[in-house]
Amino acid sequence: MSAGAALRESAVPQRTTLAPGQTPDADVVEPIVRVDQLTIRYGDFEAIKRVCLDIPPRRVTAIIGPSGCGKSSLLRAMNRMNDFVPGVRVEGAVIFNGQNVYAAECDPVELRRRVGMVFQRPNPFPKSIFRNVAWAAQMNGYRGDINELVEQSLRRAALWDEVKDKLSLSALALSGGQQQRLCIARAIALQPEVLLMDEPCSALDPIATARIEDLIDQLKSQYTVVLVTHNMQQAARVSDRTAFMYMGELVEVDQTNLIFTRPGNPRTQDYITGRFG
Amino acid sequence: MTRTSLRLREGAIKLLLQGCALLSIVVTLGIVWVLFTQSIPFFRHVAATEFLFGTRWAPLLTPQSFGILPLLCGTTLIAGGALLLAIPIGVATAVYLSEYAPPAVRQVAKPVLEVLAGVPTVVFGYFALLFVTPYVLRPLFPSTEIFNAASAAIVVAIMVIPTISSLCDDALRAVPRSLREAGFALAATRLEVSTRVVLPAAMSGVVASVLLAFARAIGETMAVSIAAGASPTLTLNPLRSVQTMTAYIVQVAKGDAPADSVEYDSIFAVGLVLFLMTFLINVAAQRVLARFREAYE
Repeated sequence: MSAGAALRESAVPQRTTLAPGQTPDADVVEPIVRVDQLTIRYGDFEAIKRVCLDIPPRRVTAIIGPSGCGKSSLLRAMNRMNDFVPGVRVEGAVIFNGQNVYAAECDPVELRRRVGMVFQRPNPFPKSIFRNVAWAAQMNGYRGDINELVEQSLRRAALWDEVKDKLSLSALALSGGQQQRLCIARAIALQPEVLLMDEPCSALDPIATARIEDLIDQLKSQYTVVLVTHNMQQAARVSDRTAFMYMGELVEVDQTNLIFTRPGNPRTQDYITGRFG
Repeated sequence: MTRTSLRLREGAIKLLLQGCALLSIVVTLGIVWVLFTQSIPFFRHVAATEFLFGTRWAPLLTPQSFGILPLLCGTTLIAGGALLLAIPIGVATAVYLSEYAPPAVRQVAKPVLEVLAGVPTVVFGYFALLFVTPYVLRPLFPSTEIFNAASAAIVVAIMVIPTISSLCDDALRAVPRSLREAGFALAATRLEVSTRVVLPAAMSGVVASVLLAFARAIGETMAVSIAAGASPTLTLNPLRSVQTMTAYIVQVAKGDAPADSVEYDSIFAVGLVLFLMTFLINVAAQRVLARFREAYE
């Protein structure tokens, strides 16, 4: 029996800290992703400690917390991008559509087709704008009209009007904000169910940030978005639910307006009022 | 130190560095100069058209004949054959080392591979003559001649694989991790990330390694003379004996051709063709690269 399973029996659920009279989100009854008693270690360092978190579908869930609190590790566990870190060990489960993504029979490549990701720094391929969007779809055997897919993806990423006349230009000729929207277009071209965003605006200026935030707001009509940010105002602006992490633990998760107005945990209160972090 | 002496010293250092940079340019130009001027006497005896398009190379027989095509053919057969073998194996080795191999394997494999580049070329020549031809080629193709282009191409390939794999490995590893992550996050397999993200991004380094390997293959003399023999033959059959341009130059230089004879002058003309060939291939490669490279920054 694994240590994770043993822990599961003894640990006290620490998912939500409900204020009196408050009910859990109705959305969370059917989560699309359920993180269950997840522990991640890099060598001896415990980056995530027995975290439980439900991600409701078609909502924006923000994960906030100070640097090094484990929020990126938690995000990268959801599409198994942690696999590439040498010496990583994972206990517990991440359930996506009823299947543990860490089970032996789960194919991480298929998982990543359904759970897309956008990174902190824009990382377009040094290929044309068109190829950036078409690349993954073609590789995964997309059979429809590729031109239509590229246009539709770029439109959804609010980039089409700016690039429609220069699709064959190198993606590296775009500005940072445009590159990040291209990366979003590229991710949604695979038609994923969940979009993981790891501080997608931290390398961008305020205007580009505002455009990405608008975009995130539109995306939630079709996609489930999980957004890691260390910008609390951003979390407050764009997310429906907010999870606060500190030192590898999930301190609190709730509807965003409640987290920012009536946090249930004093550490959350301290963080959002800027007393630390 | 006063301000003036500091300035003087800076100036002296700059001059010194400039001098070093100039030196290699001067030497290159000097070589071109020597090749051109020394081949002039040759072209007084032999028409350029006969030299470039003649199909018989017989400088030591009477009647003499100076058609360079057989030498050109021998060189192309061996250098081309060697690269045909070495590029896929070398690049595949580099992809394995950079994208697949655990760090421990890489730490051992890379130095071992580089030792191959340090084996004296004469050893490779005898390896071709005494092992590759009798035990590999002849059992497969009984018509193989004792001296043949194929065995030379095979050992030259072995000689240049470390050049390709080592330089390619460096180029692949210089590709930012963020590009690999982008590939993996878009549901690409490790093979797809390696061949369709990392390799295209590293293409300028890959091409540079191939050019260096090509220069080595075309310039290789000792192993090729031993393995391929010394009979200039206009043939595309790799199982026959051929002579390369470098092997001919050595044959004449080490022989007793008098310094003012036509066969002595001919080695400069052959050297000039060799130089132009390498130069043109370099230019062509740069053109191709400028068009297809996917520079990541």
